[in-house]
Order: sequence, then structure tokens, then C-alpha cells
Amino acid sequence: MSDPGKIIEIEVLRYNPENDEAPHSTVYKVPFTDDMSVLQGVQYIKDNFDGSLTFRWSCRMAICGSCGMMINGVPKLSCETFLRDYYPNRISLEALAHFPIEKDLVVDWSGFMEKLESVHPYIIPKEKRSPEEGEYLQTPEQFGEYIRYAACINCTLCYSACPQFGLDPDFIGPGALAILHRYNMDSRDGGATRRMELVASEEGVFTCSAAAYCSEVCPKHVDPANAVNINKINASKDYFLRFLRPKGES
Amino acid sequence: MTKNRKRSNAPVFWLLFGAGGMLAALTGPMLIFITGIAIPLGLLFPEDTMSYPKMLGFAQNFFGKGFIFVIIALFLWHSVHRIFHSLHEFGIPAGPTSKLVCYGTALAGTLVSAFVLFRMGF
Repeated sequence: MSDPGKIIEIEVLRYNPENDEAPHSTVYKVPFTDDMSVLQGVQYIKDNFDGSLTFRWSCRMAICGSCGMMINGVPKLSCETFLRDYYPNRISLEALAHFPIEKDLVVDWSGFMEKLESVHPYIIPKEKRSPEEGEYLQTPEQFGEYIRYAACINCTLCYSACPQFGLDPDFIGPGALAILHRYNMDSRDGGATRRMELVASEEGVFTCSAAAYCSEVCPKHVDPANAVNINKINASKDYFLRFLRPKGES
Repeated sequence: MTKNRKRSNAPVFWLLFGAGGMLAALTGPMLIFITGIAIPLGLLFPEDTMSYPKMLGFAQNFFGKGFIFVIIALFLWHSVHRIFHSLHEFGIPAGPTSKLVCYGTALAGTLVSAFVLFRMGF
């Protein structure tokens, strides 16, 4: 099996807002086995070298979306990235790009949470139904329309990949827009009109310059770039056709 | 969320960009080959294919005029949009001035080509 004597250098961008003026790098020499993920590498550092090293993690199986970090400059989930793939080179870890650093590898997600709320990420029923009327039925085709966008785990790797979010932190961004699209595409949902104000706004889809790196780094293959671009077409239709529609809230 | 959001006027520019991109992808390489390589090197086409009288005739034909106009205008709108969105790579902020210069160039090019083509007569 694995050679127990292998040691990999892990360079971690450290930042403690209470003591540090600016983030700085520290290199740790971590013994590892072939089955160890990058997350296990930082856990080893915390347990053996410096208990103050701070990072988020929970499930260790790429479903909770907590452990994202920049690994050699690429946004990745550290639990599904393996140290063996970088050995014998040094591996560099930084907090997710484009977000304010709270401490070490932990970023401030409050801006993202606000954006997530702003897309109305829940089904707004087309028509009200009482329980007596039974459940909402959906065909496999209708299910297929939105299910890929429903796979988002809110890990925000796409935000760290997005050059436009890097330039303009007000951009609603790939993740939240993919989730918005997920609800718009749901046959049970009737909230697309209500969500259009955000889609068509200056913080909406048109900030995207279609680099599509978001879709490349998405660990769940949600394809936010596609969701954003479909909504550019929707917003363009809305821009020109709004004059033809009768006034009033639907 | 009760934030007051301003509607973006980007659809106008984005649709012109998209139309120009589609047209450029479909006709661009062919036009470069014909006008930039084949004709100057005397390949494939008769020598006078792009001679002055023939091109004038083309520009005076209703459809030829339309083709020239659409190629110039939409290619311009496409390219200025791309340039505008790449400006920050060169350290130029994408503010109202750069927006005006970029899209203004396309608008000027569109108006000038429309004027010149119209003045050529039918």
C-alpha cells in the first residue's frame, strides 16, 4: 500500500484579524498516506502543529459544501482533493478567493447568504391548493428540467472562480442565479415574474461575461454558467416585451 | 428583500453583441479568406471579382447594401462589447467614460456606414 514515510509541504495562508495586519504564509511538513485528503492534511496540522488553524468542514464527502478553499489557486472542496495528487510538490492553501477572510481559511459568507435569500429560493405556487386537492404532480420530463440545478450545495466555489464577482461584489453571482433558475424551471413554481426584477437588474445576469469557469469548478456539475446565460435571454425578452404585457402584478 | 433594483439596459447591447457574434462566427472566417487571402493572391476567383465597378454595383444593390451594413455594424457592436468587458485586464476601469467611448465608436460606425451606403444610391 502506501509508503508511511512520505512528507508533503503544505503552505497555508494564515490570517488572524486580532494580531495580523495582513495575511501571511506558513509552511507545514505533513506526513501523509495515499488515502489522505487535503482536508485531512489541515486537520493533521491543527492536531499536531497549531491548534489555532481555522477552517470549516463537516461531512468529509463532498455534500455539505463547507470545506472549499483555494488549492494551488483553484477553488476546490478540500475533502475530495487528495494530497497524493500534488506530492512531491508543495501544495498551497488559501481562503476562497473574492470573499473577505474572517480567519485563516474561513471566509465571510454573509453577502452570499443575502443573495441567496434575494432569489426567493423556494417554490412560489402557481395556484393555491388545499391539502384536499392532493399533491402537485410532476412528470419525469418536468423533473428533468430543474434537477441538475437543484444539486447545488452552496459551497461558493463558483463565486471564487467568477472574475466578475471578483470585480463587483454586488453581482448576484453564479450560485444564487443557478438556484433562482432551479425554481423558475420547476413546473410547480409560478415565481419567475417576481424573480425577474433581480435577474434583469444591474446586479443581475448581465454582469456575467460568460467565462464559464464557475461551471468548470462546480463539484456538483450544476452548470451555473448555463443557468445565467439562459436568463440573459429571458431578461432580454422581458426588456423588450414588457411594453406589450398588461400592467399589474401577477 | 425590499432592495430597490434598477433595471439594466444591457439587453440592448447584449443582443447586438450576440447578433454580431453569431454573424462573425458564420461569415467572418469566410470573409477574411475571400477578401484577405484568396482575392489578393489570385486564388479560386476571377481576377476582377472585387474590382471597383463590381464592388460599387454590389454596394448599390439593395441586398448587397444590406449585407455590407449588417456586417460592419454588427461586427462593430460585437467587438466593442468584448473590448469593453476586457478593459479591466489592461487596468482601465469600466466606467461611464469607457462605456461611452466603446459603444459610441460602434454607434458612430453604424451611422457613418448607413450614411455612406445610402448616399451611394441604388
